[in-house]
Amino acid sequence: MSYVNDAFYDELVCSFAAWPESEIGDPATREECRMLVHREARLLDQGRFEDWLALYCAQCVYWVPATPGGDPRREVAVAFDDRRRLEDRVFRLRTGHAWSQAPASRTVRLVSNVEVFPFTETAVLVRSNFLIADWRAGETRLWSGWCGHRLRRRDGRYEIEVRQVNLIDCDQNLRNPSILL
Amino acid sequence: MNTSTFFEGLVHEDRVHRSIYTDAAIFEREMTHVFGAVWVYLAHESQIPHNDDFVTARLGLRPLIVTRDMQGRIRALYNRCTHRGARICRQDRGNARTFQCAYHGWTYFNTGKLRGVPWPEGYACDFGEPQFNLAQLPRVESYRGFIFGTLNTDAPSLSDYLGLVKKPMDEWLERHPGAKVAVREANRLKFKGNWKLAYDNAADGYHVVFSHRSLLEMENRMQTDPGKGMSFYMGKPDEAPMYVQSFGRGHHFKDKRPNLEKRPGALWEKEAAHPGMEFFETRIREKAKDRALRALDLAASEAVNINVFPNLSILGNHIQVIQPIAVDETDTTWYATAVLDEAGELGGAADDVNALRLRTQEAFPNFGEVDDAVNFEEIQKGLAACEDEWVYMHRGLGIPGRVRTEADGSLKAPATDEVFMREHMKEWKRLMESEPKISVLR
Repeated sequence: MSYVNDAFYDELVCSFAAWPESEIGDPATREECRMLVHREARLLDQGRFEDWLALYCAQCVYWVPATPGGDPRREVAVAFDDRRRLEDRVFRLRTGHAWSQAPASRTVRLVSNVEVFPFTETAVLVRSNFLIADWRAGETRLWSGWCGHRLRRRDGRYEIEVRQVNLIDCDQNLRNPSILL
Repeated sequence: MNTSTFFEGLVHEDRVHRSIYTDAAIFEREMTHVFGAVWVYLAHESQIPHNDDFVTARLGLRPLIVTRDMQGRIRALYNRCTHRGARICRQDRGNARTFQCAYHGWTYFNTGKLRGVPWPEGYACDFGEPQFNLAQLPRVESYRGFIFGTLNTDAPSLSDYLGLVKKPMDEWLERHPGAKVAVREANRLKFKGNWKLAYDNAADGYHVVFSHRSLLEMENRMQTDPGKGMSFYMGKPDEAPMYVQSFGRGHHFKDKRPNLEKRPGALWEKEAAHPGMEFFETRIREKAKDRALRALDLAASEAVNINVFPNLSILGNHIQVIQPIAVDETDTTWYATAVLDEAGELGGAADDVNALRLRTQEAFPNFGEVDDAVNFEEIQKGLAACEDEWVYMHRGLGIPGRVRTEADGSLKAPATDEVFMREHMKEWKRLMESEPKISVLR
């Protein structure tokens, strides 16, 4: 778990700081990436958290910044989960005693405006918008924002290396932020 | 309202009436009789380090701008244009010498003084009169970086108001290099429930293994010996060395430190896994050398809950602020704190300590507080049952020898005792029955 080190943080902050103007030209790559982010959304709506985790690589991060683009070494995040903490998060939800999710939210999420950008030889960046309807305890609430995915090519497929979830209200007080976004 | 008999009927030794959590008229009275009458926490000095810095805050429901003015004096200005009432500052924070109202252009210095109005020849009045300056709190004081304000000109000094709770605050500060911390953003949460539900919970050792059962299981999922995180509370928490202490004026303290061995590194060993733990621990040990265990303890969550009535809780390394929004809506903002090491006490490892300390601070809001907040919301829903009038807080009451009076007058009890709630409810009742001397300065 030592992969979360200074170099990792440095690359992370750079990854999502600036977005290229032009998408990747190859339609097959764009389609493959679109399918992955849509599958991710569906697995979360279906409550298939273990299958969802399987989309992530061993050295991954799920990051919900508290201010847009803030360096996680210098400010706290809404969530900053490495692989182990992401597994913690799923473990907790599965205990049945995580009262914020017992009973669990019913969610449906729309993912759109998917754009795929070049990053390195073996990785691409994907940017998409999301709107999640979260029904729980008699009320429906909305979560909205955009996601930056860094996808890494391994064994002929893309895995999620980093997902940065940018809530439009990340710096505001959030009610029951206990679902996987 | 005959206030003395009215509140007598709502707050008893062993129980309180549901309406103190649900009644909008009681809430409205609290915003002045509690939040106007006592010293209320507003902000931390590290949020406004330079002259002309500001951060917005509230006193009860009053919108404030906490500024460090051009002379360096900290003030709490009403964020309300004297002219027609609009909020003049709509940014959460920043640096500004003047504030101009967006509606008609009235402009104020960050001292609160009116700088000018457009086309003054259209007015017959003298704008040099103080009545046109922004209102501001008549008293603003800091205690070692914590900024408080009050509207009550009869209130004691801040130092006297804090009284015995200063000791744990001092100890909390003094474990840091230079006895200083800096706020580094926050985990911001909200629940649909009354603000007192959060304060009632602040030193509650009874709920931990139930409300936080999932967190306890999570923290210990990789251990054969379940000793991480909140495991202090497993087994028989009342027989553990930790205790709850009530200081008067509604302040209280949950001290879990006696459960730890008194040696550097003992606190760090309680931490479960956190992102980056292995890399940064190794680096801290390399850099801080013989001070490494002290540095690692600074990355770990301090084993205290220090509660300053009515809206401040120092929980672990967080500065948590309870902000009422409505009778049934409350924001709890968990400001993360970082270590500052101006004198190099940590051998250059401060950045590495903070890279870990920020991760340890994300754990409780993510995996603990969300469950408490849902339980608070469930209380608010349950209290809709209006014939079922009482909320009990009598754990420990009437058991001889359980609550001990210390030489300083504070009350000490085993960890799950509700004596602290009974004590802050007495203070709440006293305040709600009293008439504070409220005034603003212009």
